[in-house]
Amino acid sequence: MSTTVTWREIDLGGSVAGGTSEKYKTGNWRVEKPVIDYEKCVRCLICWLYCPEPAIIRNGNEVKIDYDYCKGCGICAEECPRKAITMVPEEI
Amino acid sequence: MSKTNPVSKISDLPEESKFRPGHRLCAGCGPAITAKLITLAVPEAIIVNATGCVEVGTTIYPYSAWKTPWVHVLFQNNAPVASGIAAALEKLSAEGRAKKLPVIALGGDGATFDIGLGAISGALERLDKIIYICYDNEAYMNTGIQRSGASILGSATTTSPAGRVIPGKQENKKDLIGIVASHHIPYAATATIWLWRDMVNKIRKAVNYSEQGPAFLHILAPCQFGWRYEPHLTVKISRMAVETRLFPIYEVEDGQLKINFRVSKPAPVEEYLKIQRRTRHLLESRNAETLQRLKAWIEWNWLRLENLEKAGKVF
Amino acid sequence: MMTEALARQHRIALTGNDAVAYAVKQANVDVISAYPITPQTFVVETLSRYVNDGELNAKFINVESEHSALSAVIGASLAGARAFTATASQGLAYMWEALYAASGLRLPIVMALAARALSAPINIHNDHSDFFGMRDAGWIMFNGEEAQETYDLTIMAFKIAEDPRVLLPVVVSYDGFIVSHAITNFYALNDDVVKEFLGVRTTGPRIDPDNPRTFGVLALQDSYFEFKRQQYEAMENSRQVIKEVFQKYEEISGRSYAPLKEYMTSDAETCIVAMGSTVGTARHAVKTLREAGEKAGVVGILQYRPWPVKEAEQLFSRFKRIIVMEKVMSPGARAGPVYEDIAATIYPKHSEVKIIDFTYGLGGRDISTRGIIEIYKKGKELIDKGKTDRVYFHGVRGE
Ligand SMILES: Cc1ncc(C[n+]2csc(CCOP(=O)(O)OP(=O)(O)O)c2C)c(N)n1
Ligand code: SF4
Ligand code: SF4
Ligand code: SF4
Ligand SMILES: [Mg+2]
Repeated sequence: MSTTVTWREIDLGGSVAGGTSEKYKTGNWRVEKPVIDYEKCVRCLICWLYCPEPAIIRNGNEVKIDYDYCKGCGICAEECPRKAITMVPEEI
Repeated sequence: MSKTNPVSKISDLPEESKFRPGHRLCAGCGPAITAKLITLAVPEAIIVNATGCVEVGTTIYPYSAWKTPWVHVLFQNNAPVASGIAAALEKLSAEGRAKKLPVIALGGDGATFDIGLGAISGALERLDKIIYICYDNEAYMNTGIQRSGASILGSATTTSPAGRVIPGKQENKKDLIGIVASHHIPYAATATIWLWRDMVNKIRKAVNYSEQGPAFLHILAPCQFGWRYEPHLTVKISRMAVETRLFPIYEVEDGQLKINFRVSKPAPVEEYLKIQRRTRHLLESRNAETLQRLKAWIEWNWLRLENLEKAGKVF
Repeated sequence: MMTEALARQHRIALTGNDAVAYAVKQANVDVISAYPITPQTFVVETLSRYVNDGELNAKFINVESEHSALSAVIGASLAGARAFTATASQGLAYMWEALYAASGLRLPIVMALAARALSAPINIHNDHSDFFGMRDAGWIMFNGEEAQETYDLTIMAFKIAEDPRVLLPVVVSYDGFIVSHAITNFYALNDDVVKEFLGVRTTGPRIDPDNPRTFGVLALQDSYFEFKRQQYEAMENSRQVIKEVFQKYEEISGRSYAPLKEYMTSDAETCIVAMGSTVGTARHAVKTLREAGEKAGVVGILQYRPWPVKEAEQLFSRFKRIIVMEKVMSPGARAGPVYEDIAATIYPKHSEVKIIDFTYGLGGRDISTRGIIEIYKKGKELIDKGKTDRVYFHGVRGE
């Protein structure tokens, strides 16, 4: 995705509003997707803690994967102490 | 600035980090986890990022992953830029013209161990009220995996390839904390993402200390792309670096060195080297001498730290 | 000077360096960071003394290098401070990449430059190699001829830099030793007058915790050019702002400024162009030449960037011959930088005007009234013979 603004409207001096990366979805980088088995999940938040994107949304102690951003690195599945997360191939 | 308290549980951390998704760092990037944990540890801070992977991957116009004030100027000047911001905020806040926030200079190992070291030394010597955090992925990743003063002995990079005659980098990792602590600053420590609580609390401690003078953190942040391992192993590799004693976890507080994670029975370093293609060649018999040197260094370095710890306030 | 203007100022005797420091103190800067280098060192020393004596409430960051000096000032400026640095020669060269960062980030930083030659071989004396080295860095560039101009330009620099139509860094250069170290009398505005003229800094990019922005993005092929074009426009805007500030300053001080300083130009046929302290010497030379019946004049360059295109075209197109004197060498170029600017301004429209370029004074090689008269005569003769296709050297042995 590229920007189309002209030099008249572009932000001053190479700056931009913070947090705007949310508009850029990285979910299509993924080849495998993590799926949480909530039966096994004990709400320990380890997956949330280590997700590099972060693509795991936390609500209190509940966790939910945000597939808009998840790049499928598999760290959550590797680190989950309950093996509650499985990496499954993305359908093409 | 108000004092921050240590966290004990993951749930003590804020629910949402100021490090936002949509950035372009590699899948499973250790420095990304580091950046995220920094913002979870100190949500209200100004980040001054040196050129490198984190800077490049998080602020491609018109997108920025940082929901906290963030600045990039050059590769080797994050420390003095941070000093300038901290000095300005001290003056302007006293006059009610600005709000004071912790100022964190963030830089890779290239920015910190190598090109920016002189400027960092200046900031430390002046006791500027900043927090310096080095995320160490042990090479210049942004320019394509070149050797740095932080790359470990024997590691293959594009400027220290595992050749037939010279099997990777032939020098040991620079003693960064030794250099930093010799400035006799209030606080310096190592950390890594696996030991998240230790890391978060050290960052918080550093913020508290930064009201007196500089505080420094050296954080090991594995890089799947440059170390050439499977992306899901980032946290595991961070753990193995500690458990093999390759990356000791310690702090220097008020001149006293303290080992924070005592590894009584180190795991065999071969296990660590084996799963990374940057170091796998060290297990070949023709590279036995380099491997031996690395193992000797690990042993010597651990002993050195234990001796320093016993010696009392030597920094 | 008018009596009201006089009442707003006082007469003071200081070196050029101290005149700069005095102006910076009166401008109430918030943060200073600089590193010592001859011949600028006294600026740093005097400012340190002001701060440590409590005469100036600013943070002085004693950095370990010029690279860090400009970096610290960039940080301070981003935090909303009025920030100042000073340097010379190698120090400026060492700042190089940060010069572009300061203008690219659109920071209203002010820098003083005690112009000096560049190594190798090392030389601490005046020429303009350092100054011209930053030509394309996106800074507004002024050159003060003596302490008075340097003082006035330093005060005005903050006003120009911080104007929301501009937001660019400004450098005020003055000749090393010749100006930096010579004590002269000049008029300084009273503190309250400067305070009212400048106020505190309120404009420009600024870190705001309540509105977190990212400064210094990675701008790729799809945006870098737009950022740079926007920066170019700021430099264009500065033309009008500089005019306004000069005018406002004249109302306060009684001293009138223009981008190009003219002396006996109205009926001149042959004009000497110079910059810095040489301009004063050139006026003496022209006076003598006039007495001998020569229709000579002088143009001194006060504002180098933005190059005063309109003023330059109007002025330079009037002459038959232009003799450019440059204290800088541009090996391999057609001519020195000032020649090139003048040529680009008047050619091809005014092709009847002939220009010739002289390099002189490198590394502090003295230039006298007699020397300038020689350049004038030689320049005039060479132009009339049509031999203007190379750069000539004045005052170097073996030429
Ligand atoms: C003065 C200068 N020299 C070289 C570069 C090119 N460069 C940009 S980032 C980088 C390496 C960064 O390495 P490091 O600090 O370890 O960060 P990483 O990319 O590994 O995260 C280099 C060499 C530069 N930007 N500026
Ligand atoms: S790591 Fe596993 S058990 Fe813990 S919250 Fe995540 S999915 Fe649940
Ligand atoms: S696979 Fe990686 S990116 Fe996706 S949710 Fe898990 S840790 Fe986050
Ligand atoms: S190269 Fe390494 S540090 Fe850089 S983005 Fe990829 S994983 Fe992260
Ligand atoms: Mg690195």
